[in-house]
Amino acid sequence: MQTALQERSLTARRPRGFAIRRQRGFSKEGASATWAIAAWVIGLLAFFPVLYMVLTGFKTEQAAVDLPPKLVFEPTFDQYRAIFESDFRPFFVNSAVASVVSTAIVMLLALPAAYGIAIHPTRKAKDVLFFFISTKFLPPAGVIVPLFIIWRDLGLLGSLRGLVILYTAMNLPIAVWMLRSFFEEIPRDVLDAARIDGAGVIRELVEILLPMIAPGVVATMFISIIFAWNEFFFAVSLASAGTTTVPIFMVKFVTSEGLFWARLSAAGTMAILPIVLIGWIAQRQLVRGLSLGAVK
Amino acid sequence: MAIAQPPGSSVDPRPASSGLLRRLGNQPVGRLLILPAIIYSVLITQAPFLLTIWYSFQRWNLLRPDRRDTIWFENYRYILTEFGAFREAILRTVTFTAGAVLISLLVGLLYAELVNHRFPGRGVVRTLLITPFLVMPVAAALTWKNLMLNPVYGVVDWVFRTVLPGDPSPNWTGTYPEISVIGVMVWRWAPFMMLILLAGMQSISEEIREAARVDGATPWQEFTGITLPHLYKFMQLGGLLGTVYIVNEVDAIYMLTKGGPGNATTTLPYLVYRTAIEGNNIGRGAALGVIAVILSMVAITILIRALDRMMRGTYADSVAGT
Repeated sequence: MQTALQERSLTARRPRGFAIRRQRGFSKEGASATWAIAAWVIGLLAFFPVLYMVLTGFKTEQAAVDLPPKLVFEPTFDQYRAIFESDFRPFFVNSAVASVVSTAIVMLLALPAAYGIAIHPTRKAKDVLFFFISTKFLPPAGVIVPLFIIWRDLGLLGSLRGLVILYTAMNLPIAVWMLRSFFEEIPRDVLDAARIDGAGVIRELVEILLPMIAPGVVATMFISIIFAWNEFFFAVSLASAGTTTVPIFMVKFVTSEGLFWARLSAAGTMAILPIVLIGWIAQRQLVRGLSLGAVK
Repeated sequence: MAIAQPPGSSVDPRPASSGLLRRLGNQPVGRLLILPAIIYSVLITQAPFLLTIWYSFQRWNLLRPDRRDTIWFENYRYILTEFGAFREAILRTVTFTAGAVLISLLVGLLYAELVNHRFPGRGVVRTLLITPFLVMPVAAALTWKNLMLNPVYGVVDWVFRTVLPGDPSPNWTGTYPEISVIGVMVWRWAPFMMLILLAGMQSISEEIREAARVDGATPWQEFTGITLPHLYKFMQLGGLLGTVYIVNEVDAIYMLTKGGPGNATTTLPYLVYRTAIEGNNIGRGAALGVIAVILSMVAITILIRALDRMMRGTYADSVAGT
């Protein structure tokens, strides 16, 4: 849908450069070349800190503080070796586990809920939706104090389980809203056909509807994984005592070895890599998740 | 907590009311499917908030458990009248959030307009622009603090020294902590605004643009006369969502400045963290948390209204449609 839209706006835009630019004495090529250069410069500027971090991860500590900054140099893998010999690996694995497990639970809870709201709507369906959004927008600062006490009493401080519980609650509202918007796009006659076939609720959901919104389900999972992987406030408040997620590794690493910028950059590159890749893949769906399904 | 009832709704979303339960029993399975998600949300988000309120009435320092006592509104009195850090934090929270949201909107508008045109490598540029939003905020903040903004070895300072006369190497996070924090937040959130505004731009009908061009509109007139008015509600949505997300962000603050120097970059959420988690003062931290929630309700109510209007179809043709 989005592609179709873009296609349309692209082809329809062509006359513009032609009519207007020429009228003002610019060639179409000249104007679009200027535009391209401006866009590339700004894009590269915004991306530069990320690029520079990745490059620095392949430098020696000496080269990392060399000025003027070198973009071409002889790469070394020493920093990565050092990172993998440190205790980075368990943090990385734990981040993956926390993101994936919490996302799995989110989907188990959100799929039936979104399906119920979208396909079997009741008078209360909208109130339920707004209830979910209100939990999302409750400031974490409003619940962190009792969570800290409960976690302490239950022995969950510094544990991964505690974070999984919270990341599930954190992503649940987004998933419900997002999945709902996908369910609502299913044509009515598909549902009617399923009903005539006598499909029960569970069969209707699992066998007929899920395959139809599979791309939406994957996009929702990606969004949930992105937020869980990058989460910091709950982690630093409740889990900084243990071997938990990558953000905690970064905090501890700064405290102990903050002056080793190249090594820090290698760790940072490893920390961002999975999510940047997932985000690039899911970028068409990103806006839908972030706007809670309001913008497609 | 059901702090945000959409306007015009009179129904109570609490699942525990017996009337609702009885009705649920007679309903198709479809309705029961919603229950597990609601119960989970209530348990993890609503119940702890009730405890926050309860704790906020207590004198409770984890280092002095023997002095724990119910003191009712003493924490609030102290915070509102004597706690200087609180007033500073409120001010910081408002200026940081408003600054970051507004500048992100402007930069996001620029990004969106840039990639809403056809040029070679447009998809790549779009991807480059989105990336700051995907990068783990903690790693990004570290990169900014060290590689970019360090007064001796940072690239930004090196550029300043090279380009400008004299020897301007500002210690960004030390001398300009507010600008540093807002700058990093804008870098991270402008892509978010871009995505929302781009969706808005792409929903503008080509016929309208075409008509304007036939009438001889310049690109600038087209932008101000057609694009901007059409984008208004998308900017509203982006601004409101951005506010709700950004006001709670502590990542950049923690990594760049630790809330300092002094309290210069301590926002309300960070003050809660400092008071309760680092400072062991559970009672006062809880009271701050309650205040944070109350203040958020204002912003949330506005957001819910906007989203509600959208769901009723006021925006349907331009936002959710296409």
